[in-house]
Amino acid sequence: MSERFLELIDISKIYPGVTALDRVSFSVSRGEVIGLVGENGAGKSTLMRVLGGVTEPSGGTIRIDGVARASLTVAEAIKAGIAFVHQELNLFDNLDVAGNIFIGREPLHAGPLKLIDRKRLRAQVRPLLERLAVDFEADRLVAELSLAQRQLVEIMKALSLDARLVIMDEPTSSLTLTETDRLLQVIDGLKAQGVSVIFITHRLNEVKRCADRAVVLRDGRVVGALAREAIAPATLIRLMIGRDLKSLYIPPASPPGDRVLDIVEVRTATYPDRAVSLSVRRGEILGLAGLVGSGRTELARAVFGIDPLRGGSIRLEGEPIRIAEPSAAIERGIYLVPEDRKRSGLLLDFSIAENISLPDLASYARGMLVQTAAEVQNARRQRERLNIRTPDVMTAVGTLSGGNQQKVVLAKWLSMRPRLLIFDEPTRGIDVGAKQDIYQLLRRLADAGVAILMISSDMEEVIGVSDRIAVMHEGAISGFLERNQFSEHNVLELAVGHTV
Amino acid sequence: MNALQKKDLSLLVLIIVVGTVVALINPRFLLVGNISNTANQVGLFGVFSIAEAFVIITGGIELSVGSVIALLGVVFIDLIVNHGINWIAACAFVIAGGLAIGAVHGLLVSRMHIQPFVVTLCGLLIYRGVARYYTEDATAGFGFSSSFPTLEWMTAGRTNILNFPLPHSVVVLFVVGAVAWVVLHRSVFGRYLYAVGKNEEAARYSGIRSGRIVVSAYVICGGLTALAAILIAMYTRSISPAVHGSFYELYAIAAAVLGGCSLRGGEGSIMGVVLGTILLQVLQNLVNLLGIPSSLNFAVMGTVILIGVLAD
Repeated sequence: MSERFLELIDISKIYPGVTALDRVSFSVSRGEVIGLVGENGAGKSTLMRVLGGVTEPSGGTIRIDGVARASLTVAEAIKAGIAFVHQELNLFDNLDVAGNIFIGREPLHAGPLKLIDRKRLRAQVRPLLERLAVDFEADRLVAELSLAQRQLVEIMKALSLDARLVIMDEPTSSLTLTETDRLLQVIDGLKAQGVSVIFITHRLNEVKRCADRAVVLRDGRVVGALAREAIAPATLIRLMIGRDLKSLYIPPASPPGDRVLDIVEVRTATYPDRAVSLSVRRGEILGLAGLVGSGRTELARAVFGIDPLRGGSIRLEGEPIRIAEPSAAIERGIYLVPEDRKRSGLLLDFSIAENISLPDLASYARGMLVQTAAEVQNARRQRERLNIRTPDVMTAVGTLSGGNQQKVVLAKWLSMRPRLLIFDEPTRGIDVGAKQDIYQLLRRLADAGVAILMISSDMEEVIGVSDRIAVMHEGAISGFLERNQFSEHNVLELAVGHTV
Repeated sequence: MNALQKKDLSLLVLIIVVGTVVALINPRFLLVGNISNTANQVGLFGVFSIAEAFVIITGGIELSVGSVIALLGVVFIDLIVNHGINWIAACAFVIAGGLAIGAVHGLLVSRMHIQPFVVTLCGLLIYRGVARYYTEDATAGFGFSSSFPTLEWMTAGRTNILNFPLPHSVVVLFVVGAVAWVVLHRSVFGRYLYAVGKNEEAARYSGIRSGRIVVSAYVICGGLTALAAILIAMYTRSISPAVHGSFYELYAIAAAVLGGCSLRGGEGSIMGVVLGTILLQVLQNLVNLLGIPSSLNFAVMGTVILIGVLAD
């Protein structure tokens, strides 16, 4: 751990009007794991782009193996052994594992045709598979792999390039608990083999679990570097946002009212022979916990009319309803904030105002014609109400940060009359400050009489925000927890199918 | 969504530059007769190019435009010439036929989930074949004796305005373009059309019934294509079903692409499509006036479109 492999000294990056990095210094030793945390916009991405040779710093020195230089090129970064595992994975679905790892570097048969030597390719991949002890074969199509397995492919690709430093950008944000555990083990393994790791995450417990050092960025500056013993989520959060966070839970203003939604023996295509029954009451936040793949998203999609029901019925305020299309759900005040906001929640090229008005466009129209002024006016109102940070509601949603994008999705539904709001991972990939805004909003909505069903894989969130928790396991409800029964242990036990 | 976007403006500049160059080399370009004829072509081609744009904005494509123009053209002539049907009824019948063809294409795309390219490619082959069979491959046309003064005046006539014989096809294009502009750029339906073209999934999650929107786009396309078929039939006055309207779908796609439509959907403007049509017709005219062998016609057009798209 003594050998300093990479050193950053007073790295700055100044864009016109913005200082993205302000004299950032830190070093990475051989086999060291560094947790890099900070709110969105703190400068993490810029710093990583500097390390990858994509962005040229405005000042400072990068020292690799003792050789100092002012900046890196992409080729130099690769040559120095710096590799990335991106949030959006860069793999070819239609190629197998081996083909992905050695893409562009395939061993070839002799001769002018440059045919790929599949035998040698397989042989080159085998040691990598063994090194990470993965549970899949080299000839599996990447399309058939889970997200977690794909990440391992990315890591193997990095190792095949003799990476000495692997940088992972939010590697666990879409993983289940088991998969996260597995990945953290892999990181431990890399460390034992002398490979350094920088991992960027919003999940502070993971930093505590596996980092040798935590580096906290705020406003482009290093505001803290904690040694292993000193890492604690509360300390990290204080450094990140410069203030103490209150406990997440905000108690409801009044006890929950009548049942708004009854899901009765509902079956979905993924688990056609498992039935789910649950009810959500007025003014209540019902957390829906469970491992990824336990059927929570499928349930939400069925209630919202994206997928057809395979059986069972849905009642809204006691009346049986049939929902064949999202438009039918929306008419009745059932709204969904989907898991993947970029694909399903928003039209990234449309403006903020146009996104907000879309589900209720007819009410912004006179005759058949859309009244832009009315759209803009409402968008401005929502901007104030939800604290969406943008000077102009006519800017494209795609240019906003994740937290602000999520607020635009919310603004769509809050401009209408929600009776039941379903949230699927409401704060995924969102910084701590915006998370707080969203939690407060959830409670305000519930207090205003909306029933809320919140799917979440974030333990802290599901325990901290819900009034009651339903846990799913393999397509069925494995149990309900009241607030006095809330604990990580209880949720986990139910999630793996045990009883509490 | 301004009336005249930056893309449209650069297209306009390109048209003016090309026009000026042609006029300098051959002043006959500016003769009233030549401009009036070119304008007439713009009117005819503009209507079905706008039709095509509706489908392209949803992320689809309509390849059967030329074949539909041939089929509905021969049907139209047959109805009024050989069967003595009132021309108003014949127009209504032909337009209903266009709407029906559009509805079938739309349903095949949205309900049966067949790719638009495949659906309309089959349409291209089927309608061409049926048109040729319908007339037994003979040319359908108006005899010397037959005369429909009102219809002819409305479709192929010209009115002198300030000493310029304004072709009525241009008037039709103006009306179609104005209505299409309002529908696309100002109406609720238009917004849905762009939303579905940009990201069908997100549109659906916002409660838009994307299937209906897609079907509507093909229906509008079919109806406008039928209107173009009538105009073109009245202009040419005789139709050889084997070649009538062939490649017209490619003119329409080219005009839409020049006009800023993306074949991925969700982009494009009426202004752009009309300007794209004008540019294509000016190029056609350029080939004639500059003494370029007419066999090079397509090559010139292809090159300019490529340059236009590259410059974008």
